[in-house]
Amino acid sequence: MSTIALHDNPLRVTQRRVVKSEWIKFWTLRSTAVTLAVSVVVFIGIGLIAASQLGAGSTGQGMGPSITDPVGASLAGSGLAQLAFGVLGVLFMAGEYSTGMIRSSLAAVPKRLPVLWGKIAVFSAVVFVVALVAAAIAFTGGQAIAGDGGASWSDPGVARAVIGSAFVLTGSGVLGIGLGALLRSTPAAISTLFGVMFLLSGIAGLLLPDSWSDALRYLPSNAADAITSVTTSAGSLGPWAGLIVFAGYLVAVVGAAGWRLRHSDA
Amino acid sequence: MIEVNELTKRYGDKTAVDGLTFTVKPGIVTGFLGPNGAGKSTTMRMILGLDRPTSGTATVNGRPYAEHVAPLKQVGALLDAKAVHTGRSAYHHLLAMAATTGIPKSRVDEVIDVVGLHEVARKRAGGFSLGMGQRLGIASALLGDPEVLILDEPTNGLDPEGVLWIRNLMRDYAAQGHTVFVSSHLMSEMALTAEHLVVVGKGRLIADVSVGEFIEQASHDSVRVRSPRAVELHDLLAGPDVIVLSVERGAFEVTGLSAAEIGDRAANAGIALHELSVQKPSLEEAFMELTKDAVEYRSEVSLAGKAA
Repeated sequence: MSTIALHDNPLRVTQRRVVKSEWIKFWTLRSTAVTLAVSVVVFIGIGLIAASQLGAGSTGQGMGPSITDPVGASLAGSGLAQLAFGVLGVLFMAGEYSTGMIRSSLAAVPKRLPVLWGKIAVFSAVVFVVALVAAAIAFTGGQAIAGDGGASWSDPGVARAVIGSAFVLTGSGVLGIGLGALLRSTPAAISTLFGVMFLLSGIAGLLLPDSWSDALRYLPSNAADAITSVTTSAGSLGPWAGLIVFAGYLVAVVGAAGWRLRHSDA
Repeated sequence: MIEVNELTKRYGDKTAVDGLTFTVKPGIVTGFLGPNGAGKSTTMRMILGLDRPTSGTATVNGRPYAEHVAPLKQVGALLDAKAVHTGRSAYHHLLAMAATTGIPKSRVDEVIDVVGLHEVARKRAGGFSLGMGQRLGIASALLGDPEVLILDEPTNGLDPEGVLWIRNLMRDYAAQGHTVFVSSHLMSEMALTAEHLVVVGKGRLIADVSVGEFIEQASHDSVRVRSPRAVELHDLLAGPDVIVLSVERGAFEVTGLSAAEIGDRAANAGIALHELSVQKPSLEEAFMELTKDAVEYRSEVSLAGKAA
């Protein structure tokens, strides 16, 4: 018992300490390393495969539009990686609810919000670095495969697209954390994330009348695409506008999550 | 010290906790007793700020729990053994908890030893038995060397050796001047551990008394008398407020007279007594008596048996 009294720092909860606690929580689940590894492999793997198809696409076989764009091809894995990182974010937060851990967490930090900020800080720092390295590898590798047709880091928009994809991947994960805290259920949060990032844009495109098509670019997935595209396609937001819209969704979801965390019974 | 004042929690139109007021003092073990569904866990969760009261307040050492700078130093709580991520080891769970408050790593090792989880501390908590989970929960509760221990049904799933261990731990902790508040639906368990009782039923306070008073209040003592001259003695004891029930040949139970009075009358009449013993109702019987109107889920068969 005296060990505590003799300790230099007075015992108290600080945001820094909560971040450290969340850091420990993040790395002491086997699912973290597995999901991170899967995300990176998916991201780089799909990018390299797409890049290798680049030449085939240019022979005029009518492949998708992205296949003619060497940067887009090398980052083609970002869609699935968004889901994988998003799942990691969901597990990080909703896993506390499904296991009951949240009661221990909130008993230790009864002000509650520091737990959410701590999770977002740890997750964002780790995932942004991992995603940025993966994006750089996917881009560099993809361009090497593409050979003469490949882009270079110094081409306009390239660095922004590569860094932007790391930002979007991190953002998807943060969205996962927010949905996890809001819905408190892993399956519900993953389904919602999948629906919003993958299905919503397609379904809305099919169901809404043409006059509404302008609105589609404000959907989260389309805003995210705008950030990671080297060239702005017609009907899409510009990269910076996309960034602002995407960040807006994050702020809204995380804000709602914080409100629920603060006001609902644990 | 825990102070609960007019604490109320409603879920829709169901009232789980209804205007509870009581104080839990340091230095003794206070039992929180009531049938299942009486609102014990909800009350404990409100003390810890996990659930928001509909009205009323709960404070720990003079402040709402959430307003302490180091909550784990104020209160160590075992609410349920499952408040642990199943994928994390016991050691890392405790390490993450300790990190929030700046509790050193050495303390984590210490509490692991105290609860006897050393062998399995690095294994996933998901594979723990109920008893091991309970020990991990108690390790978390002890982590901050808190002023107040709040334990919700801590003996659940523990083997007899574990039950004895937790009983001693609670008594030692209280003897050091700490506050210990422990819930149970088993009166017999409380009889061995607690000095004071807060009894609830259907969310309402039924009694806030010492264990001794509780028994007195709940039921009258009777005196068992055995004598070779039982018939003569019977006539000697008979009176308006005295009930004498024959138990077997030569023995009966007397309610309404103290053992001293019975002994004196027998001595004056020169009647030998072979037995004169005060029959204390068991705590379990006292508890049933007190809460019989406040049991939420009752099994008619067993209660009919008790009433007979």
